[in-house]
Amino acid sequence: MKKKSIFLALVFIFVLGIALVGCGSEAPTEETQGETNENNEETNDDQNQQSEESSTESTLVFGRGADSVDLDPALVTDGESIKVTLNIYDTLVKYGDVDTSIEPSLATDWTTSDDGLTYTFNLREGVKFHDGTDFNADAIVYNFERWANGEKSSFYYYGSMFGGFKGDEGHVIQEVKAVDELTVEFTLSRPQAPFLQNVAMPPFAIASPAALEEHGESFTENPVGTGPFVFQEWKRNDRVVLVKNENYWMKDYPKLEKVIFVSIPDNATRLNELIAGEIDIADGVSPNDSTRIEGEGDLQLFVRPSMNVGYLGLTNTRPPFNEKLVRQALNHAVDKEGIIAAFYAGQAVPAKNPLPPVIAGYNDDIDPYPYDLEKAKELLAQAGYPDGFEMELWAMPVPRPYMPDGQKVAEVIQSSFAQIGVKAKIVSYEWATYLEKARNGEADAFLLGWTGDNGDADNFMYVLLDQDNIGSNNYAYYSNPELHDILIEAQSNPDQAAREELYKEAQAIIHEDAPWIPLVHSTPILGGKNNVNDFFAHPTGSQALTKVYFD
Amino acid sequence: MFSYTIRRLLMLIPVLFGMTFIVFFMIRAIPGDPAQVILGQLATEDAINSLRAELGLDQPWFTQYFEYLKQLFTLDLGESLRTKAEVSGEIWPYLAATFELSFVALLIAVVVGVNAGIISAWFQKSWFDYTAMVVALVGVSMPIFWLGLMEQWIFSVQLDWLPPSKRENVKNPVETITHFYLIDTILQGRMDQFIDVLKHLIMPGIALATIPMAIIARITRSSMLEVMRSDYIRTARAKGQKMFWVVYKHSLKNAVIPVLTVTGLQTGLLLGGAILTETIFSWPGIGRYIYNAIEFRDYPVIQSGILIVATIFVLINLIVDLLYAFIDPRIKYN
Repeated sequence: MKKKSIFLALVFIFVLGIALVGCGSEAPTEETQGETNENNEETNDDQNQQSEESSTESTLVFGRGADSVDLDPALVTDGESIKVTLNIYDTLVKYGDVDTSIEPSLATDWTTSDDGLTYTFNLREGVKFHDGTDFNADAIVYNFERWANGEKSSFYYYGSMFGGFKGDEGHVIQEVKAVDELTVEFTLSRPQAPFLQNVAMPPFAIASPAALEEHGESFTENPVGTGPFVFQEWKRNDRVVLVKNENYWMKDYPKLEKVIFVSIPDNATRLNELIAGEIDIADGVSPNDSTRIEGEGDLQLFVRPSMNVGYLGLTNTRPPFNEKLVRQALNHAVDKEGIIAAFYAGQAVPAKNPLPPVIAGYNDDIDPYPYDLEKAKELLAQAGYPDGFEMELWAMPVPRPYMPDGQKVAEVIQSSFAQIGVKAKIVSYEWATYLEKARNGEADAFLLGWTGDNGDADNFMYVLLDQDNIGSNNYAYYSNPELHDILIEAQSNPDQAAREELYKEAQAIIHEDAPWIPLVHSTPILGGKNNVNDFFAHPTGSQALTKVYFD
Repeated sequence: MFSYTIRRLLMLIPVLFGMTFIVFFMIRAIPGDPAQVILGQLATEDAINSLRAELGLDQPWFTQYFEYLKQLFTLDLGESLRTKAEVSGEIWPYLAATFELSFVALLIAVVVGVNAGIISAWFQKSWFDYTAMVVALVGVSMPIFWLGLMEQWIFSVQLDWLPPSKRENVKNPVETITHFYLIDTILQGRMDQFIDVLKHLIMPGIALATIPMAIIARITRSSMLEVMRSDYIRTARAKGQKMFWVVYKHSLKNAVIPVLTVTGLQTGLLLGGAILTETIFSWPGIGRYIYNAIEFRDYPVIQSGILIVATIFVLINLIVDLLYAFIDPRIKYN
């Protein structure tokens, strides 16, 4: 009997072992693949090609947190879509590899009239769309006309960057005209200082007019541009495959034969995929995992220059947050350094302004509200709340580059607030609901953030804090007419130095009014294999992989 | 038996009908407007209203519901608000991915669970029994995401035996025919890919199987113990029958009913519970498909997805009930 029991235990272990079958089997070698191919001549060539591709380092697998929403960049606002489209399309002008300086792209050079109302672009010769049609001035006109005449429901970046659509009062682009085959002229209704910065944004990438007409609504799944890579396949929720554009206008580029964007929603899994060598670049690495990447000999860390802000918005219309003193008091009650040490692994700097220090016009003379609970209590007493009050503190449910763990940051803030008598109840909703309710002004205080689109101060200050954007991105419902005048002036003034002064002035007003508690400017990190070269983690959050190569 | 089957099939109609009703209205109770979500943060009021009208969302709820039912009768699942594609056309690959994973998980759960349960009952109070039951207890209470990450850490990062996630090697993708990758690779004679797909299946399969496996093991053990104490087993043993036959032939046959019940229930739960596994293992299955649709308030996709999963759940339960009658003729339904 005893002997039998041991035997049966072994049988059981064997059964368990079956579940693990294949664990030990080695990956098939090139030879065994070849043998299989001999038996199946039909797919022989195809398979050989595949095994060649997988054996040489010319395919880059980019792991990211979510799938693209659409592959027509004019239709989307999410970073994951832009990460892909940036590699399929070109814009008239583009940002530098590592900053938001303006460089030629489809336009080789340009001139601006003295009054700042006319921009003339000379276009690159001999560029072709991926469908073989010619790129020319008409294509530019076609794309801009498409957006300007667009349904308001579709091209929101166009509407928000250029003051609306054709016929709207504030519409900045009055006319886009093809002067000749390779010259295009923009006439503006009023000067727009960040015009070139705006035109360089990935949503204004030039698509093939022929393909737009051919595919209609399904163009977003059949994107055709002039960019370094040609779209090949999109399996939703899984992967997007791009292949090299053999006729790309940048000589000897792109270096890679193929780029595969795979969606790996879980951060820890994505890192495991990188360590196991299944992917070459892992986006959105949690700050606390940076040491793990540094510990792996064959991995490297990519640090994205910080162009974001994470903040605690206070809904300025909800009592008691309609009192400036209360808002200032709460500003004194947050230990930003502590938060950074605990949840950002040091990969962030404390924020004192709504825009990050890399942006021109940043006001470094502002003295941040120091972490001082006594001072906070004093201000609360002055405001008429000596015993504090109760409030809801909204914690975002999803990690974002500027906020890796909203729940935990909220807990720290909650405990600080408790020390000045403010009882905060932490509330969270599913992400879309969270944004909608916060936008409707239903939150007392909410964690949120912003990553800059084009490197201009306007893209932070006007978008996030101007009264025009209440109900849109001004979630704090903050309005100050004086600030509004300054921001509009800064938007229209073509003199860069004057603009910077205006923005500094604006930051002083915002600091005094304290509509938010600015928390951090984080430096998002990515992990990559050591043999990945010339990958630039761009501050805007997306970059073309044109120059990347393996060694 | 025949009339019972027919009756049960007819009963499906009100059940499914009720389900469409519940799913339809529950989804609309989620705060968040699809038009707003689709258009994003910068959309204007006008834009949202015009999209709502275009999508028919400005109609009263009951009108929308009857439109939906009308569509369902023609087997039209509607089109996705987001991708504008026919749901019936795009849903299959996701379903197939989940089916394949669930099938492997179920296989592991049943084979390992039943055998562990039998052996534990056979050698009651032996070290094996104790170990198996402790493991089963841990298995029931183990969070899938933690188990999944531990598996990845051990088998991918440390041992480098298995790929951490996904369904296939993206550099050498499977050409799809049925969207069941194990079948597709066999049909194309690609043994290399077959092994690759199998390797991708093992870890999520085990993660998904753990809880049902533990439950099945415990149920098998207790029902086996009950049967083995009964008189006819004692008789069989007294007559000198080999223990192996007593256990696997006489006892198991009579102990199988509760095991079948719990297996049926767990199969349904596998489909529903796949979402965590699918997230941890980046598995492009129905769970993630529905989850993403919820994020975008893509009503037709959520409705159809849940309806299909629920229908499968109901069908599995029906099959289990019919199997009872088949296995144990004492169960009478008339």
